[in-house]
Amino acid sequence: MARSNVENSSIIQRSIARPEFGPFVLLVVELAVFWGINHDFLSPQNISNILAFTVELGLIALAMTLLMTSGEFDLSVGSLFGFSPVLMWTLFNSGLTSLEAGFAVALLVAAFIGLVNGWFVTQLKIPSFLVTLGMLLVVRGTALFVTSGFPQRTWSAEGSWLAEALVGDFFIGPFRVYMSLFWFIAAAIALGYVLTQSRTGNWIQAAGGNPNAARARGVNVSGVKIGLFILSSIMASLAGVISSLRTSAANPNSGTGYELEVIAMVVIGGTALTGGRGTIIGTVLGILILRVMRNGIVLIGVPGLAYNIFIGAIILGMMALHSWLERRHQAGT
Amino acid sequence: MAEPLVRMEKIRKSYGRVQALVDANFHVNEREIVGLLGDNGAGKSTLIKVLSGAVPLTSGDIFIRGKKVDFRSTSDAIAHGIETIYQDSALVTQLSIARNLFLGREPIKPPRFLNRMDQEAMNVVARDLLKQVGITKNIPPTTPIGSLSGGERQAVAIARAMHFESDLIILDEPTNNLGVAETQGVLSFVRSARDSGHSCIFIAHNIHHVFQVVDRIVVMRRGKVVADDIDPKNTNVAEVERIITGMSDKEIRDAIVQGKQSQG
Repeated sequence: MARSNVENSSIIQRSIARPEFGPFVLLVVELAVFWGINHDFLSPQNISNILAFTVELGLIALAMTLLMTSGEFDLSVGSLFGFSPVLMWTLFNSGLTSLEAGFAVALLVAAFIGLVNGWFVTQLKIPSFLVTLGMLLVVRGTALFVTSGFPQRTWSAEGSWLAEALVGDFFIGPFRVYMSLFWFIAAAIALGYVLTQSRTGNWIQAAGGNPNAARARGVNVSGVKIGLFILSSIMASLAGVISSLRTSAANPNSGTGYELEVIAMVVIGGTALTGGRGTIIGTVLGILILRVMRNGIVLIGVPGLAYNIFIGAIILGMMALHSWLERRHQAGT
Repeated sequence: MAEPLVRMEKIRKSYGRVQALVDANFHVNEREIVGLLGDNGAGKSTLIKVLSGAVPLTSGDIFIRGKKVDFRSTSDAIAHGIETIYQDSALVTQLSIARNLFLGREPIKPPRFLNRMDQEAMNVVARDLLKQVGITKNIPPTTPIGSLSGGERQAVAIARAMHFESDLIILDEPTNNLGVAETQGVLSFVRSARDSGHSCIFIAHNIHHVFQVVDRIVVMRRGKVVADDIDPKNTNVAEVERIITGMSDKEIRDAIVQGKQSQG
């Protein structure tokens, strides 16, 4: 009896010590508060709405988790979110390519942009903050220049298999579900597996935790980072195209400010900004926390413009909690 | 006489006009612990950096079991069986003991295309290795390095070198900042490494630690090896200090007296 108590308490202690514990509690509190104030919050229609928006930023946040675990981050994702659909639609509308080929070209260009980011960071040893800030301006500037700042025509995607595969929707009971949700779940499982189970995951964590030690063991730290920059760009591009197909819009300005929101999702989830430690489960919780907050405060009647106040407060609160847990961990308690 | 494990001949290393190593000759035999001593700036660190592939030499030759080698990086040196353990830089604190032990050489579970680490196998080996280097405390192999003490971290690094069959383990100041009990632990890890067939180079400021564990002492001064065959059993600390500083006993005593007077 006494022994099972000890075991139980150690299971509880271990769960509390996990970086995902704080975000999990916060999400539960958030859901309870919003539901308590407005019961419509958990209505099938609202849940469907939250999920549709969530996965688009979520795809970027998943890739960003791996990149931040390796000790780098990418500010150019928001601009790629806007640029890739603009490129795809421009190619398609001008009759140069089919929609599918335009999509493939957009992903290839994104991969190249990721490669350039990674090359600057690993070979020229320039901090990723500066490299990707520069890339943000180049990519956003290109999108604005090519389109003269105007949105692209997007009404012709009807019936394309690509649109069906990415954003086709159907009903599960009362819930309206987009195909993008399954892409998000698949990406979360795949990247969670890579980070925790695969050899590559060990290298990603080592590259962020102690790159010199990793290099001395023969780990190709530069290769790992360049690969993650490419992944980050491709995911941002994919998310932009999904969003564009779902909303039938391709605005060169879309995605502005997403880079910071995505980084906020990742750090709220418990991934270390300094690298070495990352969690996909935490990021999924972080994504939900921010999207639920955005949706919930409007639903309970707080002016939407107040959204950033809450997000800022959550970031500060979660950082304080993570730092407290970290210190407890270091002290060995 | 048998060919030594490592032989360095006429090693020169200059940084601009500064000559860090001037025709240094150095060797380590099989199953031998060599203590490398010298004052600050004597060239110990540079010699070790050259041997571990961290810096290129200006001129000179390195032979391993009689065969000339050319190290361009630390990975080259590791591939030739030379592992250097710096106090803090060898391990990733966020990763577990087992993941650190196998970093870069993780065993993969079939099917291989899934690239999945065999974590059970890693844990089993890690547990065994920790016992081998003499960690008797029950530390699970999944413990992050960050929550280990300095001595335990040294033990993990030594265990890793032993497991991957490094012929020569270089320990750079392994007993710095360690308590008495932890220091004794590290010294016993070094002995167990030798007993299982490895050679070691042991660099430490504390001459007493060196005396306790090494088979032979090598002293460097101003970029040169000035003594390379000191048997710790047939000499004493004062004699070695005299060689390190290049002063006679009387000069050392005078320097101490002068120091006391200037303090007074």
